[in-house]
Amino acid sequence: MNCGVVVFPGSNCDHDCFHVLKHVFKLKTEWVWHKDSIDLSRFDLIVLPGGYSYGDYLRAGAIAQFSSVMKEVVRFAGSGGMVLGICNGFQILVESGILPGALIQNHAQKFICKTVHLRVENVSNSFSRECVHKSVLNLPIAHHQGNYFIGSDGLRQLEDNRQVVFRYCGPAGEATEEFNPNGSVSNIAGIINEGRNVMGLMPHPERCADPAWSNRDGQLIFKSIINSLQSGVSV
Amino acid sequence: MKGSSSIEITPNIVRQHGLTLGEFNRIEDLLGRVPNLTELGIFSVMWSEHCSYKSSRYYLKKLPTKGPCVLQGPGENAGVIDIGGGMAVIFKIESHNHPSFIEPRQGAATGVGGILRDIFTMGARPIALMNSLRFGTSDHPRTRFLVNGVVDGISNYGNCTGVPTVGGEIYFDSCYNGNILVNVFCLGLVPSDKIFLGKASGVGNPVIYFGSKTGRDGIHGASMASSEFDESSEEKRPTVQVGDPFAEKLLIEACLELMKEDWIIGIQDMGAAGLTCSTFEMAGRAGTGIDLELSKVPMREPGMTPYEILLSESQERMLVVVRKGMEGEALELFHKWDLNAAIIGEVTDKPIVRIFENGSQVVNLPVELVIDGALDLKRPTKHPEYLKTVDHVNLTLVTEPMHGGEILKRLLSSPNISNKHWVYEQYDHMVRLNTLGLPGSDAAVLRVKGSRKALALSVDCNSRYCYLDPFQGAQIAVAECVRNIICSGGEPIGLTNCLNFGNPEKPEIMWQFEQAVSGMGEACKFFDIPVVSGNVSLYNETMGESIYPTPTVAVVGLLEDRSHHTTQWFKEDQDLIGLVGLTMEELGGSEYLSVVCDRVEGQPPHLDLHMARSVNKLCLELIFGGLISSAHDCSEGGLGVALAESCISHPEAPRGATLDIESTIRNDACIFGESQSRILVSFSAKNRTALEEKAKTLGVPFAVIGKVGGDFLVVNVNGKEFISEKISLLKKIWWGALESYVR
Repeated sequence: MNCGVVVFPGSNCDHDCFHVLKHVFKLKTEWVWHKDSIDLSRFDLIVLPGGYSYGDYLRAGAIAQFSSVMKEVVRFAGSGGMVLGICNGFQILVESGILPGALIQNHAQKFICKTVHLRVENVSNSFSRECVHKSVLNLPIAHHQGNYFIGSDGLRQLEDNRQVVFRYCGPAGEATEEFNPNGSVSNIAGIINEGRNVMGLMPHPERCADPAWSNRDGQLIFKSIINSLQSGVSV
Repeated sequence: MKGSSSIEITPNIVRQHGLTLGEFNRIEDLLGRVPNLTELGIFSVMWSEHCSYKSSRYYLKKLPTKGPCVLQGPGENAGVIDIGGGMAVIFKIESHNHPSFIEPRQGAATGVGGILRDIFTMGARPIALMNSLRFGTSDHPRTRFLVNGVVDGISNYGNCTGVPTVGGEIYFDSCYNGNILVNVFCLGLVPSDKIFLGKASGVGNPVIYFGSKTGRDGIHGASMASSEFDESSEEKRPTVQVGDPFAEKLLIEACLELMKEDWIIGIQDMGAAGLTCSTFEMAGRAGTGIDLELSKVPMREPGMTPYEILLSESQERMLVVVRKGMEGEALELFHKWDLNAAIIGEVTDKPIVRIFENGSQVVNLPVELVIDGALDLKRPTKHPEYLKTVDHVNLTLVTEPMHGGEILKRLLSSPNISNKHWVYEQYDHMVRLNTLGLPGSDAAVLRVKGSRKALALSVDCNSRYCYLDPFQGAQIAVAECVRNIICSGGEPIGLTNCLNFGNPEKPEIMWQFEQAVSGMGEACKFFDIPVVSGNVSLYNETMGESIYPTPTVAVVGLLEDRSHHTTQWFKEDQDLIGLVGLTMEELGGSEYLSVVCDRVEGQPPHLDLHMARSVNKLCLELIFGGLISSAHDCSEGGLGVALAESCISHPEAPRGATLDIESTIRNDACIFGESQSRILVSFSAKNRTALEEKAKTLGVPFAVIGKVGGDFLVVNVNGKEFISEKISLLKKIWWGALESYVR
C-alpha cells in the first residue's frame, strides 16, 4: 500500500502524518511536492496535511486549490482514489469543491488547540469502519478557521446521504452547543464525499496515533483506511 | 565616497544617533577620519546597548559558561549542549519588550520570528517555543489590550511556522504598567556534528542574501530598544517591524534542506541592525572582510538609500556564505522554496567591510572597530534608597487569619496563579508530535524521537523577590527553575537568561544588575549548570519609572528515559501526601502578602543552596526508583496553592485531599509562605518506609502530611480546621479567573 503526503509551502503537519504512516503503521510513504503535476494513480492514499498552505493568506486553503498538485488530486479523487484531508487539508478539499461547505473563522475569533470529544456518526465507510457507531473519541483540534458552514439545503443533503462522520460532543456523546468548540453547523467535525472515498476533518488523528501517547484514538481512523484498502472492499 | 558623505556630521546628528560625543570622538580617532552618515548609522546600531552589551559585558563574565557537554557557549546565535546519542540541543531566550509595548501583536510575533531564526541558523530544527510575559495590573487600562495583542501575535506566528509553544509563564504587576516584558525562548534539535556557525571564511566565497525583501521597516529598532520610553513612544510605531510567519516557515525548510549539503561555510540571520550586523559579525568571527554591492539586495521598493538598506530591520532575511562554485545550486534551492535570493558580495582577505552602491563605495570600515570598538562601560552602582523602606515587614501589622479558605480562593483567582489555559489553548502546543504532557505542569516535557530520551523545559523569575533583593531573587529564579525540571523527572543540563532591567545610566539600576548577575552566577556555579546563551534588555522604563529587576531564566533538562516524566497532579485516591523540605516563618515578598495584604515588602525567602541540592537529589531518586506518583514545586502561594494545584490540575479527574499539618509558626506562613526548596509529592502507602529512609540518608526534612481522596481539600493545622473547600469550586475559580478577565 502506497501513501503520498502532499507538501504545500506552509504545510506543518506533513512530518507528523508522514511519521505516523511510515513509522507507526509501517506503510510505504512518499512526499508529493505541490509543484509536481504527476500522475497520482500509483498511490492508494493521498493525505493533505494540516498547516498554513501558502500562509493561508486570503482564506485558509484558498490558494492551495490552484496548485499543480491539486489538479491531480481532483483527478485522483474523481477516479475513486482515497484522500484524507486533515485540518488545513480539509480546508483545501472544501475550497477545491471536492467536499461541500465552507470553513470559516472560529466563532470566538481565536485559535483553539485542545483535545475534544467526537461522536462517530457513521461507520459504514472506509475512514471510520473500525470505530463503534455512536462511540466517543478523543482527538485534538488546532485551528483558527474550523467553523464548518453549509446552507440548510446542503446540510439536509449531507445528513440524508449520511456524509457526516464526526460531530463535536461532550464526554457522554451529547452533541450540543455547549460542546461545540468553533461554532460549526450541527457540530460537524468531519465529513465524507458522496463517493465515500474522500474524508475531511478538522481534528488531528495523527496527533493521537503514536504509541508514545496514552490516547491512541487516532489509530482507529488509520486502521480503518488500511483495512479497507487491504481487504480491497470499500464499505 | 559618494552620497551621504556630503552631509556634514554635526553634534546634533551624532546625538540623534544615540551616540555620546565621547563615543563619536573615539570613532573619529580610531578611524582617522570623520565617518559619513551611513557609517555613523552603522556605529549607531552596532554600538547601541542592544548590540554591543557595553553596560553589561563586564558583569556577564561572572557567569559560568563552560561544561563537559557545552558544544557552543555565548557569542554565537545561540548556545549548544550535547545530549548524547549523537544529538545536541540549541537554545536561547530573547526579549522583544519595547516593540511589544508599542505594537503588541507585531512586536510579539517578530520576537518569535527572531528567536526561531537564531536556532535554525545553527542547523537545528526548532521543536519548542516558550515565553515569559509580564504585564501591568489587571485594572490598568492598557493591560487587556496588551495581553490580547501579545498572545495573538505569538499564537499567529508560532502556529503558522509549525513550532509548538509548549509552556511559559505570565505575571501581572504594576511595575510593568508602562513597560511590558515579552521574552521568547526557542529550542532546536540537531545532530551534534551538523552545527553551523556565523562565520564568513574563505576569501572569494560568495555571500548570498535570501528570504524576504528589504523594506523601510524597523530602521533603528536596535537604537529604540536602547532608550527609555516617554510620551512620544507611540510615535515610534513605524520602527516596529511586521512579521510574515509564512516566509519564516519557508526559510526554516529551505535552510534545513540547504544544510543537508556541504555547501555552507557560515550562515546568520538578519536580526537587530539587519544586514549591517550580520555582515560585520560574520566577518568578525572569521577574521575576514566582506565586500557588498547594495544594488543586488532584493528590495521591496525603489529609491532606498544605502543608509536605509543597511539599517532596515525587515524580518525573515538571512545571509549565507557558501563554498565558491556552489552558489548556483544554492540559488536553485532557494527558488524551489519561492524565496528571494541573490549573490550580494564576497569574502575578502583584509578585515574590512566595504559596501558599494552601483560600484561606488559608500562604506569602508574596519570590522574590529565596529564589533568591539565600543568601550565596556563600568557604570557606577549605588545601593538603592527604596530598599530602606521595603526590605523588612512588620508581621505584627498583619493579622494572623483563623481560616484560610477565602485566602486560598483569592490566591487561586490571582492572575499570577490562576490557570493559563486561555493563553496556551491559543498556541499549537502539540504539532511535531513530541509534547508528552499538556502545558500546566511544572515543566514542559518533549520526547526526542528515535531515542528513549526526553527534554524538560522551564522558564521562571519572581521579580518581586528580585526587587526586594536582586542577588537572592536571581538565585531563587535559578533554583526554582531547576526544581521545576527536577519535579518533572529531568536533570538540568543548561541555562539561558534574559536580563530585563531599567536604565543602566542610573547607579541604583546598575546595582540591581550587578547583584542579580552575581547571584545568578553563583547559583549556576553551585548547581553546575552552564549559561550558554542569553540576552540583556535595558532601559525598561517609562517616564523614569523602572520595572522590577527581572532576570528571567530558562533551564533545559534531560530525561535519559521518558518514562521518568512526572507530573504535578495527584493520581490515586488513598495515595499519601508528603512534603520534602523545610517550612519556615517567611512571608516577605509573598503572593499572599501582595494579594491579600497589599504589601510588597520584606526579605524574599531564604535560599540554602546546599539544601536545595539535597532536595533535588532526593526527588530524582524517588522518581527514578518509581516511588512517587506526583511531584510539585511549592512556589507562589506556598504549600496551600501547591496542594490545591495538585488536586485540581489533573486534566481529567481532579481529586480531593485531607491534610493534617503540625506547625509551630503562624498559620498563614505555614500554608501560604513561600519557603524555598520544598516539593509536594504523593505516593502509594507501601512506599512510605522507603521514602522516609531515603530522605533520612540524604538529610532532607520529609513529613507525611495527608492523604489523597474525597471531594474536598481539607487542611487541618495542629488539629484545627484551617481550610475546607469543595474541589469543584476551587477548580472553577482557578480555571476561569484569567479567561474571564482577558476576554
